[in-house]
Amino acid sequence: MEALSRVLAQATELTASDLKKNNAAIGAGFAYGLAAIGPGVGIGYVVGKAIESMARQPESAGMVRTTMFLGIAFTEALALIGFVVFILLGL
Amino acid sequence: MTATPFATRLDGPAPEVEVTRDMLRRGVWGAPVLVGVCAAIWGGSGALSSAFAIALVMFNFALSAGIIAWTSRISLAVLMGAVLFGYLMRLGIIFFAVFLVHKMGWVSLPALGTSIIVTHLGLLIWELRFVSMSLAYPGLKPTKRN
Repeated sequence: MEALSRVLAQATELTASDLKKNNAAIGAGFAYGLAAIGPGVGIGYVVGKAIESMARQPESAGMVRTTMFLGIAFTEALALIGFVVFILLGL
Repeated sequence: MTATPFATRLDGPAPEVEVTRDMLRRGVWGAPVLVGVCAAIWGGSGALSSAFAIALVMFNFALSAGIIAWTSRISLAVLMGAVLFGYLMRLGIIFFAVFLVHKMGWVSLPALGTSIIVTHLGLLIWELRFVSMSLAYPGLKPTKRN
């Protein structure tokens, strides 16, 4: 109870500007974190399927690797967009 | 000991290195245009931030291709792990590089962010015109010159 009242006391000391800054930082952190999850799953899927096809058909490995590399780079663009939102909002 | 029907490593040429080399060459040619546009909008800090962002994106591409080319010669399982952890590592490197400079006077964050996205997507889309998805030429399409 005492700890809660201490937290509330500290919270009331924050100005509106501080609160806005804090909320922006929290939002930016969420934006970057959430934006990195999707591409992580996507890259895992792209590489997993590419490796499966390269293992089954090594003669098509060159074509699959080219496609895989471009797929990874395009998927990663989503994470970079999240990163840019992060640096514009919260850094 | 029986031979496995599946390939477990790739020893041939690395098409991603060829594609990345081509993208870097195009990036060097296209960089002055983007730096000029950012300089016109955000001034000197915009130009410097844009140049920094272009260098960062090119380094990111080169590192990505290097990791794939290196680990595919070791094993496909290592390739899988290296690409996934490499993704995290490269995001970390970009974050750390931007974090190091973000308070410096010559940095304009809007120019930096815009240049990162435009360079990354621009180089990829530009390169797609020249990439051949055929078994005969798995890397880049042959041009009339070669």
